[in-house]
Amino acid sequence: MEGAAILDELRARFGGAVVETHDHRGDHTAVIEPGSILPALRFCRDSAALGFDVLMDLTAVDYSKYPGREDGARFEVVYHLYSIAHNHRVRLKVRVDEDHAVVPTAVPLWPIANWFEREVWDMFGIRFDGHPDLRRLLMYEEFVGHPLRKDYPIDRRQPLIGPAH
Amino acid sequence: MGVGSFFTSKLDEAIGWARKYSIFQYPFVTACCGMEYMATACSHYDVDRFGAGLPRFSPRQADVLFVVGTISHKMAPVLKRIYDQMTEPKWVVAFGVCTCTGGFYDNYATVQGIDTIIPVDVYIPGCPPRPESVLDGLMKLQDKIATQVQRY
Repeated sequence: MEGAAILDELRARFGGAVVETHDHRGDHTAVIEPGSILPALRFCRDSAALGFDVLMDLTAVDYSKYPGREDGARFEVVYHLYSIAHNHRVRLKVRVDEDHAVVPTAVPLWPIANWFEREVWDMFGIRFDGHPDLRRLLMYEEFVGHPLRKDYPIDRRQPLIGPAH
Repeated sequence: MGVGSFFTSKLDEAIGWARKYSIFQYPFVTACCGMEYMATACSHYDVDRFGAGLPRFSPRQADVLFVVGTISHKMAPVLKRIYDQMTEPKWVVAFGVCTCTGGFYDNYATVQGIDTIIPVDVYIPGCPPRPESVLDGLMKLQDKIATQVQRY
């Protein structure tokens, strides 16, 4: 299915919950309302015409110092979906405020989301509601802060952790 | 000082001479410097000329810890533990600029020099160091081992 047709399918099903859509060099993106992201992901996976059986990537972007994005939601959580059967892709985004940085988890839909979401929590401090085990993935337990946030000082030193027990 | 001290200083020399040609290294290889380490260890440059040809992959059997490559904060306790498991006498070589100072990884993840965790005897800078610098560092380590005063 063509990317534009995938976006049409999403708009037809979710209407106003699709905040905006765009495409760049053949990569099609839909920005979804936070409340509808889980139904939208489930629809992408279960609809026979879409059939997105692979969550290629789940990541986040901090727009706090991005020109033109100073006001509005600070973060975007980005889902890259791929269908093996149809060989097509789509990208879904959901905008997340700093004050209420919570997104419903995608682990029940794609188990791979488990580690992706742990990484996003570790690096950006975005929590995933309903995640079975939301611990840091890359950094160690004693680490303070979330290093890929744009306001994390680049030269900040963390206390060295001692030998394990 | 008398005959006794003459005797022990000669014994030190003999032990140092023996030790400097029987370096059993533990390669703690974490990053790209490992390729240069392998190039140095292989026949073209041949660390076996310096008696360092047998890497031991157990810290209990090794006496020189080669830290080769970037050490992250998460890896730091592992490195410390490996060092603690080695028996005396032991020496540490910081191989490459990442282990010396953190290198260009001045960020949240990287230890800014392994000497913040364990003592270091020889620093070999370079990104990665050429085999000639590694051999130079190895010979400096041999000098250090040979002249070391033993604790009896």
